Amino acid sequence: MRNERDFSSADGGDARQGVGVSLPRKEDDRLMRGRGQFVADIRLARLQDVAFVRSPLAHARILAIHVPEHYRASVFTAADLVGVKAIRAVSGLPGFKASEQPVLATVKVRQVGELIAMCVAPTRAEAEDIAAAVTLDLEELPAVHDMLMARKPGSALVHEHWGDNIFLETNYEVDISSALDAPIKVTREISTARQCMSPLEGRAVVATFDHRLDQLTLYSAAQMPHVTRSGLAECLGMEQARIRVVSPDVGGGFGYKGILLPEEVCLSWLTMHRGHPVRWIEDRREHLSASANCREHHYKITVYADRDGRLRGIDCEATVDSGAYSSYPFSACLEAAQVASILPGPYLMPAYRCRTFSVATNKCPILPYRGVARTGVCFALELMLDLVAAEAGLEPGEVRLRNLVRPEQMPFDNITNKHFDSGDYPQAMRRALNLIHVEAVRRRQRKGEADGRRVGLGVSIYCEQAAHGTSVYSGWGIPMVPGHEQAAARLTPDGGLELRVGVHSHGQGMETTLAQVAHEILGVDVAKVHLIHGDTALTPYSTGTWGSRSMVMAGGAVAAACRELGERSRRIGAKLLQHDPAAVVLKDGEIRGVNGAVTLEEIAFTWYRRPQDLPSDVDPGGLEVTAGYKPQRDSGTFSYAAHAALVAVDTELGEVEILDYVIVEDGGVLVNPMVVDGQIYGGLAQGIGTALYEEMPFDTAGQPLATTLADYLLPGPTEVPAARLDHMETPSPYTQFGVKGIGEGGAIAPPAAIANAVNDALRRLGAEVMQSPITPQRIVEVILARGDKQGKSA
Amino acid sequence: MKPAPFDYQRPHDLKEALSLLGKAGHSSKIIAGGQSLGPMLNLRLVEPELIVDISALAELKVAERRGDELVLGACITHADIEDGRVPDATRGAMQQIAANIAYRAVRNRGTLGGSLGHADPAADWISALAALGARVRLTSSTGTRLLDVESFVVSALESALRPGEIIETIHVPARPASAQWGYFKSCRKTGEYAHAIAAVVIDPPAATARLVIGAIEAAPIVIKNPLELFGGRITGDYKERFDPQVADTMLAKAGIADAAQRHIHVNVLKRAIRGAAA
Repeated sequence: MRNERDFSSADGGDARQGVGVSLPRKEDDRLMRGRGQFVADIRLARLQDVAFVRSPLAHARILAIHVPEHYRASVFTAADLVGVKAIRAVSGLPGFKASEQPVLATVKVRQVGELIAMCVAPTRAEAEDIAAAVTLDLEELPAVHDMLMARKPGSALVHEHWGDNIFLETNYEVDISSALDAPIKVTREISTARQCMSPLEGRAVVATFDHRLDQLTLYSAAQMPHVTRSGLAECLGMEQARIRVVSPDVGGGFGYKGILLPEEVCLSWLTMHRGHPVRWIEDRREHLSASANCREHHYKITVYADRDGRLRGIDCEATVDSGAYSSYPFSACLEAAQVASILPGPYLMPAYRCRTFSVATNKCPILPYRGVARTGVCFALELMLDLVAAEAGLEPGEVRLRNLVRPEQMPFDNITNKHFDSGDYPQAMRRALNLIHVEAVRRRQRKGEADGRRVGLGVSIYCEQAAHGTSVYSGWGIPMVPGHEQAAARLTPDGGLELRVGVHSHGQGMETTLAQVAHEILGVDVAKVHLIHGDTALTPYSTGTWGSRSMVMAGGAVAAACRELGERSRRIGAKLLQHDPAAVVLKDGEIRGVNGAVTLEEIAFTWYRRPQDLPSDVDPGGLEVTAGYKPQRDSGTFSYAAHAALVAVDTELGEVEILDYVIVEDGGVLVNPMVVDGQIYGGLAQGIGTALYEEMPFDTAGQPLATTLADYLLPGPTEVPAARLDHMETPSPYTQFGVKGIGEGGAIAPPAAIANAVNDALRRLGAEVMQSPITPQRIVEVILARGDKQGKSA
Repeated sequence: MKPAPFDYQRPHDLKEALSLLGKAGHSSKIIAGGQSLGPMLNLRLVEPELIVDISALAELKVAERRGDELVLGACITHADIEDGRVPDATRGAMQQIAANIAYRAVRNRGTLGGSLGHADPAADWISALAALGARVRLTSSTGTRLLDVESFVVSALESALRPGEIIETIHVPARPASAQWGYFKSCRKTGEYAHAIAAVVIDPPAATARLVIGAIEAAPIVIKNPLELFGGRITGDYKERFDPQVADTMLAKAGIADAAQRHIHVNVLKRAIRGAAA
């Protein structure tokens, strides 16, 4: 058949399928043909649609909700949801102030788009008609729209009983006074815009109740179904066994699909109240204006350095706009408080101070988006290092090389006690500098461009702590702390392999990569390995897919389960071969002894279908195993990458074109290098969005101003260059196969590299951009502002 | 994002369409390609009682050269022009505009009349056709009138179209060989709405020029005799004579207070002028 692809031979005739092979993704056969099954594809008898009445104001007291008499039976408000609790995500960090996020607003609304009433009808259009007929009496209150103003006394308050707008303040200091006499001292204010995560598929929920099982089933586009179940049970006051959360094909998550939504709680209640299935599919306007945002950071930062560019210390005050509520399970503090621990990045410094504020505002909650706080932190620190380079009269690359942690220092504990497991950061930077041809760029800059544009070169480097576990998250004290990860493996009677994992694959390609891990251990053909995931009824408990943890944790657990399964197969095989178990080995999918071999298929067939052929003293454990895994250290793997960007800036129009882009990454041992490349390209696209396009502005009334994709710009194919990728491989000493988490990195470094490149291009004009996204307007503004200053001083 | 309920009619001749529109008045909307109205309906920014679909009207698909002008029906799509399926009298200017409107999917369905009627300042045709000196023929059951494009576009998202009226045809004068054409727009990304547009027709032998500055928060600025921008006269060396300072002052007077925005508009105008001279 045309376009059909035989996966087993797709690797250029190479029969290898295990760790390290770029196998095409098994799931793409279904996804690329439009045969995926997403929540919106689910059809259930008597299904009805839900639309919500949402707050049109950012901050207001609810005086009355008017429901037309003929719609009374179809509209539900907080007063109807008796016994349903508010969403609470409390951090155990000292001083954290908890918020109560009602699933339907009660006394006040605290953000535009907050749910006020739920309307149900046979179709979404009719449900929206009902929602449009519901009218509200709201008493508008002053909106808390700016996180820096919100910190000041006298600001309006999002949660009055707090007395201020601070979710959490943290302080971290190591000997900052020793840096103050440094000859180079650079101070700036740097900020990153609010963004929307914008997965291709939005959130989507179908809720139904099964009376036979006495069980609520929630189909949800979610990346952490087990955690969703726990949160849902807490809000609904139900036993967890009475709830099943199913997450089918999911079109991208990026952190956004980790949170428990008020809509999930509302629909769960509604299906039990009404006795028929109900559905809510998030539309793009809801995503952009109502659901959750990310990335809004502000830094006031001073970097101290010696004349030779060596860092003496960093002093920083970081503020994150956390929005109105603390989201479940990550909480409102994860983003800002994490800034303090990760700001030093992969750099050596003897002194450090960082104060952070998680600030409540009348905006939607902020969530950890791919890279979490690292994108903002990398942006702030790497922009500052370019300023240090300028002060020291050095190439930006050279300043990095003088300050990066060195390979001979590994494993290394940095100034915030982050434990770097392995890596050669200077080599990554040197390779990136070579690939982007720094000398050639400098020559080109001296020569100038025929079209009058200015070219600039920017570099950035980061480390990505991934798969960090119990020891890290217990400190945050949030509702979700990862422990050991489990996986279940079962040989089927025909010798196939079923894997069950609690993580969720929503773009990561785990149906392929976990099968490769299983193949590596058992030798089972990847085509015969079936991954079962995204269903709390079928899979071991897991905190799910977040923090670039799935390959480290679930990969390790799959390996452990397959190893145990292999061991059991070996013992059965030895019996069948009439060998001593010590004399047989598992190799290439069969148990081999000196006299012959028996395949896993034969062992499975015998075990299930012809048990009469087994001796009576066989191990009764069978061919189904659940095993757990944790790396030798759970402080996280540290993957990293050096990025280098060459841009051309049109100073007349403020336009930026990316001419070349280079990424040198080290993710340890890669299970499937092609999948990793895909992750990097996808992350790069999102990083370019952060750098140049994406921004959710708010007005002083707290109204979001980019509520359609005509206003909220996402990079498209023409905006993403064909990046050049180079790989290094430093295995993690602590994990199975030496793998490291790599899923988020692509999105971390591009804003910094691109901003540094733009600023390099503008440097001779004396202008600099310290804010993302770098829009034409902002570039022209800084150029004009510089002209004004020069004009006045002249 | 589902529209409020509405009635839908798809008449088969212009007379029937005008009769429907005449009866419905303010509570009706015309749909052709639906590239702007569709999203507006879904966002409930408009909630008409009746939608009149004009895509079956043969009268609105005329495309012919009549003497010194090109006559295009309101339902001619951007792709019709881009692909050269309709005649041209602008020496390729319209084809160049059409080929760079939004994305191909939009161009396949979006129409000339729809773009003008929507009067989005950031769209291409209201600026380009104003520069080319085009007129629109508006028809209702009580008669017809012919308006210059710049009079037709009243302000941002507001046209002179009256209830019961329809854009029937667009009349574009033939561009003489001596009239040089320049068009430039600045978009944050490919296919996105422009944040600055300039369209110019400069005819040095005739010593005339029409300059249009668009994608501002109002109707495009049409400068019919821009002598002061070129030091008092339109001559063959107009590219060198263009004075950005004068343009900046002019834009400030027109109400564009933000200096960075003026800077971008002036440079976009400069590029269009350079393009004309090339």
